[in-house]
Amino acid sequence: MKKTLTQMHAGEEGRIDFLHGGRGLRNRLYKLGFVEGQRVRKVSDLSWGGPVIVMVNRSQVAIGRGMAGKIMIETEKKR
Amino acid sequence: MRKKTSRIDNKIDILLVGQPNVGKSVLFSRLTGIKTVVSNYSGTTVAFARGKMRWNGTDFTVVDAPGTYSLEPLDDASWVTVDLIDDARRIINVVDASHLERHLPLTMEVLAQNKPTILVLNMSDEARYRGITIDAEKLSHKLGVPVIPIVARSGEGVKKMISTLFTLQIQKGEEEKDERGHPGHHPHLFRKTKRKHIDDHSHLDRRKIWEEIGNIVSDVQTLKHHHKSFAERMEELTVHPLWGSLFALIVLFLSFSLIRLIGEFLISGGVGIIGEPWMELPFGTELLFENLLKPLLKELSLVLGEKGFLHRLLIGTLIEGEIDFSQSFGILTSGLFIPLAAVLPYLVSFYLVLSLLEDVGYLPRLAVFMDSLMHRIGLHGYAIIPTLLSLGCNVPGIMATRILETKRQRFITATLISIAVPCAALQAMIVALVGDRGALPLAIVYGTLLLVWIVLGIILRFVAKGFKPELLIEIPPYRLPDLNTLLSKLWMRLLSFFKEALPIIIGTVLVVNILYQFQLFDLLARLTEPLVTRMWGMPKEAIVPLFVGILRKDVAMGMFIPLQLTTKQLVVASVVLAMFFPCLATFVILFRELGIKEGLKSTGIMFLTVFIAGSALNLTL
Repeated sequence: MKKTLTQMHAGEEGRIDFLHGGRGLRNRLYKLGFVEGQRVRKVSDLSWGGPVIVMVNRSQVAIGRGMAGKIMIETEKKR
Repeated sequence: MRKKTSRIDNKIDILLVGQPNVGKSVLFSRLTGIKTVVSNYSGTTVAFARGKMRWNGTDFTVVDAPGTYSLEPLDDASWVTVDLIDDARRIINVVDASHLERHLPLTMEVLAQNKPTILVLNMSDEARYRGITIDAEKLSHKLGVPVIPIVARSGEGVKKMISTLFTLQIQKGEEEKDERGHPGHHPHLFRKTKRKHIDDHSHLDRRKIWEEIGNIVSDVQTLKHHHKSFAERMEELTVHPLWGSLFALIVLFLSFSLIRLIGEFLISGGVGIIGEPWMELPFGTELLFENLLKPLLKELSLVLGEKGFLHRLLIGTLIEGEIDFSQSFGILTSGLFIPLAAVLPYLVSFYLVLSLLEDVGYLPRLAVFMDSLMHRIGLHGYAIIPTLLSLGCNVPGIMATRILETKRQRFITATLISIAVPCAALQAMIVALVGDRGALPLAIVYGTLLLVWIVLGIILRFVAKGFKPELLIEIPPYRLPDLNTLLSKLWMRLLSFFKEALPIIIGTVLVVNILYQFQLFDLLARLTEPLVTRMWGMPKEAIVPLFVGILRKDVAMGMFIPLQLTTKQLVVASVVLAMFFPCLATFVILFRELGIKEGLKSTGIMFLTVFIAGSALNLTL
């Protein structure tokens, strides 16, 4: 199932399907390891406009909500 | 627009290149013996550091490049690094052994620069702890450069790294350029990225590079399945929406309590906390001054005849026939007492606690929790780090605004700091003086400053033009702080207080003393009387400390003592002093960081805010 990072719930895993948004944003995301096909796990979601925290390459990354909404994830069923 | 890095005329023998927070600075101080501020979050090295290393009787220039994720010209850090690489003879590429896949993209770009390079896997102890094993030899074979695992903090592997480094051939002429240290295997992927415009093709290249890296990593790295360590569990728990917020509140509360406790303890040696002074010794800075220095100064005072120009200069005025360290205002009395007995203890305790939070890696997590609040004042959560640093001293705080991405964020953060964030020196005096009148007046002072910070932030959010970026940060793993790093950082921060603030404090006391003796302040007081008395409700003499505040705020605060202010006047005075004109050092840094135009804007905002806040406080209390 395809969802954005904001739509995922904490603990859910998946692969990055597509990065929407302009070149600048994509570049910033690539630098931190957000490439299509990369596995991610959502760690936490600080609601009320706070950032989303995901695990990429065994590092935690905090992403603002606006950006997180532009990252499409192909989620996997939990084993 | 790109600013050209000041051209480096002499060559760099060894250049350290790596992503933020991989421990380049630790390695740098290990090589050169030069201490730089090291923290567990990205972007501590905003400019580059240069030092000398001695090896086999020869001096080598070592430069620590700013941490950068890429050599593509996306930000200042990468520009600077590209320029530095141009001038470097040998490169040490430092990567985090526990996050190899994240660091290799930069490595690929560095290797494409065709310079003699070695790859250093730092923090290999942490990798071991997290169950990660890397086959260095295999990796070396794949990349075509030597790969050395080290632990920069303890020095493990550093000797081997240096000797390997010196086996590399340095290019003498252009023709030898491609003989050594270039990536042998995939030249088509790693073309020189230098000064190349980024177009949409590069993202295809990048996907290929990431794929390639994925293959390399899965080849050389084995992950042992291990139970989540305590650190890893805490890493998740402390960003949990509910538990994390609770944790943040507890950490903040404990930090401030601890700062106060340690500070008080250093000043009074436990009097007021435990009740009795610790043992019967004159422990605590205040007691040291009273018991050891005062008898000596009394002698001096008698020798000088208890009055006259020299007496006033050195000892100051006697209060009821006695030396009073906070009121006498001589160079040897207040000039030494304010910085050493009243301010230094709080500075020590503040920086101790802050450095601990920094090194454990908690600050970026705090930034994450502050993010949604900070957005309401036009900033994102990371701006909390320079702001917290400023509670110690505004100067390094404003310098740390460089970790923020945009000019607009830097402007808002620096302006708010210079107006509404009191430094530890000033706070030590405010707590001593206003706290003496009770908890409520103290709460009003701090509450007003906080309110100004928030309201001004909200206003600036709408007024300041520019792009509003969102938070995108890597959160570092928790690390056990290293005592040596911690203490050396504390020492460096205190040293800069001694070097920069101490002479200014004593100089200020001297200048104030002389101006008093020639009664120049009376003129000043008469000129500004309407504002000070009518709008702020203070006696006209209070203008003198306010002007002295331009030099040093802690000294200025001490000058309120003889004025016998009412509690209300003291509260207004403290707030106005805290907001009015940042001290000289902060002012210089503010202009240096923001530029003249933005600096003037910031100053204008300051005058307007202090006028409004002072008057409003006077009218409502």
